[in-house]
Amino acid sequence: MLSINSIKNGIVIDHIKAGTGFSIFKYLGLNNVNYPVALIINAKSKRYGQKDMIKIENSINLDYGVLGFIDPQITINVIENEKIKEKVNLRLPNNVEGIIECKNPRCITANERNPKHKFELIDEEQGKYKCQYCEQVYSWEK
Amino acid sequence: MLKRKNILDSQDLSIEEIEEIISLAQDIIKQPQEYADLCKGKLLATLFYEPSTRTRLSFEAAMLRLGGQVIGFSDSSSSSVKKGESLADTIQTVSCYADIIAMRHPNEGAPKYVANISKIPIINAGDGGHQHPTQTLADLLTIREARGSFEKLKIGVCGDLKFGRTVHSLIKTMSRYEGVEFVLISPKELKIPSYIKEQVLDKNEIKYMEVEKLEDVMEELDILYMTRVQKERFFNEADYVRLKDSYILDRNKLEKSKSNLAILHPLPRVNEISEDIDNDSRAWYFKQAKFGMYMRMALILKVLGVK
Ligand SMILES: [Zn+2]
Repeated sequence: MLSINSIKNGIVIDHIKAGTGFSIFKYLGLNNVNYPVALIINAKSKRYGQKDMIKIENSINLDYGVLGFIDPQITINVIENEKIKEKVNLRLPNNVEGIIECKNPRCITANERNPKHKFELIDEEQGKYKCQYCEQVYSWEK
Repeated sequence: MLKRKNILDSQDLSIEEIEEIISLAQDIIKQPQEYADLCKGKLLATLFYEPSTRTRLSFEAAMLRLGGQVIGFSDSSSSSVKKGESLADTIQTVSCYADIIAMRHPNEGAPKYVANISKIPIINAGDGGHQHPTQTLADLLTIREARGSFEKLKIGVCGDLKFGRTVHSLIKTMSRYEGVEFVLISPKELKIPSYIKEQVLDKNEIKYMEVEKLEDVMEELDILYMTRVQKERFFNEADYVRLKDSYILDRNKLEKSKSNLAILHPLPRVNEISEDIDNDSRAWYFKQAKFGMYMRMALILKVLGVK
């Protein structure tokens, strides 16, 4: 297996669904930084067969809510002095703001400039979200 | 409890709050003179971004009968909206003048959006196909006046159950009471949405059945809630011709019903209730409109914290 040096202080984003690592990499703006980062795609995974991974040699702040929304199966490992200091299992966030938009043409968010698109998780298993204004229900497909 | 609360969705009200509003409305019915100037010096703004004369008049009559006063507009073409003012700005401005706002808006969720902006309480007077809580409160008071209690009632809802927001809201609210059963009467194209069956009826273990024809279930019902079925909603002409009379309540069908049945309708009606039963003691739909005004009076008093 391809080996990438382990990191000293930073973050490993693990168990990314294979094929989506690159878009998360870009979403986090990691193609544009001055510290070491690695994107590993199609790594072997006991749990999922294949997975993508991102290793970041820097302590940056990640928005776990957004990452969980993009891919709730992700695990985040926070590394300090080459040791895992913290392991975070992501899940779908209860509230999502400003990431997805309500598609109901009668919704107030489609007709006024200012309201932020806000959604509330109503069914974690099925990934269902409800628009906070018109209550239209969306299944978030990954 | 209700003071300064925004009334956006009938589901936001607890059973206790509904009881509070109903018993106040019942007291107003008994002695209206005691309430005639409780809102003296208070101002209601009726902001109607789409016309609904019936609802607007009901709100305005409610406020005037409490001794308060009313400002507002009855459709957006005559207001500053036409000049491009945002809803948020209109609400900011109006909340400087008035004490309470009743707003009707074609966009779903508009009242919830402005509730975060407004400095004064907002009552949703209908937002698109979404919510119309004061209609539901009017329905509840009518059922209470007709039957004395909400429990153990067999409630028939007839007509367009797919798009009818008043029906959805009534089912959600009544499903919280003990022993209520529903008979859902509609053409198959206009059946109740599955989320209401799953998330409301099944979840609360409410008994219900779905039928196609009103005449088949008439004798079992305690309450019959009629709504309009539009021809355009049918998928084909043959079904329309076969079923159209099943959703029209006339003297003939009424004969089979219980003598204390109460017939409700959110109004306006087209032809789904024949006029020859308007004077029957089972017809409650005009009284329902009157109860709507009393419920709005009670709600205004509660939200303003006067009572
Ligand atoms: Zn929406």
